[in-house]
Amino acid sequence: MKNKFKDYNLPDDRGHFEKFGGKFVPESLIPALEELEQYYAKAKTDKSFQIELNNLLTHYSGRETALYFASQISEELGFKVWLKREDLNHTGAHKINNALGQILLARRMGKKRIIAETGAGQHGVATATVAALFGLDCIVYMGEEDIRRQKLNVFRMNLLGAEVRPVSSGSMTLKDATNEAIRDWVTNVESTYYLIGSTVGPHPYPMLVRDFQSVIGKEAKKQFENQSENALPDRLVACIGGGSNAMGLFYPFIKDDVKIVGVEAAGKGLESGEHAATLTKGDFGVLHGAASTLLQNEDGQVTLPHSISAGLDYPGIGPEHSYLNETGRVQYFSATDQEALDAFQWLSEKEGILPALESAHALAYLRQENNGIKQGENVIVCLSGRGDKDVHTVAEALGIEL
Amino acid sequence: MNRIQKLFCEPKEKLIPFITAGYPTLDSTVDLVCGMAEAGANMIEIGIPFSDPQADGPVIQASSQQALDNGMTLNKIFEQVTQIRERTDVPLALMGYYNPILKMGHETFLNNCISSGVDGLILPDLPLEEAEPFCALAKSKDISPILLVAPNTPDERIKKISELAGDLIYAVSILGITGNDLASKDALAKYLNRVRENSVTPFVVGFGISSREDVIWFNEYSDGAVVGSAIIKNMDEGPNPVETTKQLIEVLKGRK
Ligand SMILES: Cc1ncc(COP(=O)(O)O)c(C=O)c1O
Repeated sequence: MKNKFKDYNLPDDRGHFEKFGGKFVPESLIPALEELEQYYAKAKTDKSFQIELNNLLTHYSGRETALYFASQISEELGFKVWLKREDLNHTGAHKINNALGQILLARRMGKKRIIAETGAGQHGVATATVAALFGLDCIVYMGEEDIRRQKLNVFRMNLLGAEVRPVSSGSMTLKDATNEAIRDWVTNVESTYYLIGSTVGPHPYPMLVRDFQSVIGKEAKKQFENQSENALPDRLVACIGGGSNAMGLFYPFIKDDVKIVGVEAAGKGLESGEHAATLTKGDFGVLHGAASTLLQNEDGQVTLPHSISAGLDYPGIGPEHSYLNETGRVQYFSATDQEALDAFQWLSEKEGILPALESAHALAYLRQENNGIKQGENVIVCLSGRGDKDVHTVAEALGIEL
Repeated sequence: MNRIQKLFCEPKEKLIPFITAGYPTLDSTVDLVCGMAEAGANMIEIGIPFSDPQADGPVIQASSQQALDNGMTLNKIFEQVTQIRERTDVPLALMGYYNPILKMGHETFLNNCISSGVDGLILPDLPLEEAEPFCALAKSKDISPILLVAPNTPDERIKKISELAGDLIYAVSILGITGNDLASKDALAKYLNRVRENSVTPFVVGFGISSREDVIWFNEYSDGAVVGSAIIKNMDEGPNPVETTKQLIEVLKGRK
């Protein structure tokens, strides 16, 4: 395994992670994707782009974010838990890392209109924020079901000057918001930049979102080396919606001798049919522009996912995760709604940190019986966001009226 | 030669209506297709309903969702095409998103196309970059892959796309989704002339076409006009979908 990943250099020029990835989009988007590839390739080697981005990450978003040794839960668990505090970012989640990177690209491309899809609203808020910062028009597509469960974020986006367009088709969640954003993009491709929020979609998005999020793993690696007695952690853990906070943490460690675990949403249970555990339960398919793994029926229709956490409520997953799963480099587990709720309360009480319900899935894995974690291990968990946005959902689940 | 290849050897006006399989009811497709052929349709596109139709506007999206709710599946479409073939020889193309086809498997899907009597395939989310293996297999089985071009497709790419398709390509009239409004005639004429100059195959045009005038105009600038959302919208307005649709086809063909 180590040898195979020593020279890890995917995707290839066509945007493939072997059979995963690629560009499965309507023809009119192809020129836009090619333009984006060209601008991104230029930006990657352009010092002024990197300086501008780093300045924003430092002074606007407040990086670097802390790597916090969570002593209370570590003591209880018998291994060492380090929380990579992405919740401390401006806007409260890792999503801003990617939004800042992409908005700089959009500006270089001369686009004046920004569109995005959002589930939990965190990516929508991040996009609305950076659009406000640069004075660009911003439209965020959001499923009606998600609008209901993430009211606070909808209002935040409005305050930031973005228009939130409700999507009432299909399951009225992230998948349908993504369809609608793609339709908008197809129609307005010449004026509009589509700011995708996760490592999903057609090439080059999975690659560039991963690269912009890799600041998580790069910092964590350096911080761990400075703060602990070891050179490398034993294990990394992150929750998986589309897979961006996870790829951001994992990618800088992919060539290292470190175990890596992704945690999907098992919803009401893997056998209940109501979950979002794509890699555990799905199979090969094409959705939203990429070949990856999908929750689908025997006729190739995408099935409705379920998770208590809007940010994980997605029937697909980034193509790179499908590849890392197939090759065994990353192991994928899942946590139920209930386990996530328990972990939410657990971290709040033990460490004084309200985690996002998404991140609570990663935390829930730490408490699972067959997680394979040995006593004394050093485990870095990506705390992808803060839980303020979820207090209504949590209260509802606990039967408490606010 | 398959029926599509034969049709596009003839220099006549071509009207190509689109309907969603399984809409408005599960078993309406056979009579609709045969009725449209009788009323003068020159080729018919049958849409495979999909849960996530990204290139479609609200009208076709809704029909697609209704068809799925009615229980339409790929296997049922092939059964119905078999029944259609007992009654008409009109060229038939299936239009569908890639995932259901991938799920069935290229080989099985194409063999079903052959045995039921499908002549061509339009896959709006399978661009040149990803289409080669599928196109090669389809062509080896005498099924025409009908690839798409758009107003922002560069000249050289139009040529490549048409070379890979081999028999016919489909020019999307606008940057946009099905059911959107048309661009100005000037811009359209310029674009379609560009397709004419660069494509090595005949081409049809679709998206936003809804009237007899449109059909005449597009047949001047291309080799055929596809009408989709307008057919489905019209079907929803009359009491009897088959009769209502036949009447519209006759109007679009200038027979009425
Ligand atoms: C806090 C938080 N964590 C995780 C996710 C899941 O996305 P991803 O898998 O791309 O990190 C979201 C998505 O909205 C989120 O808001």
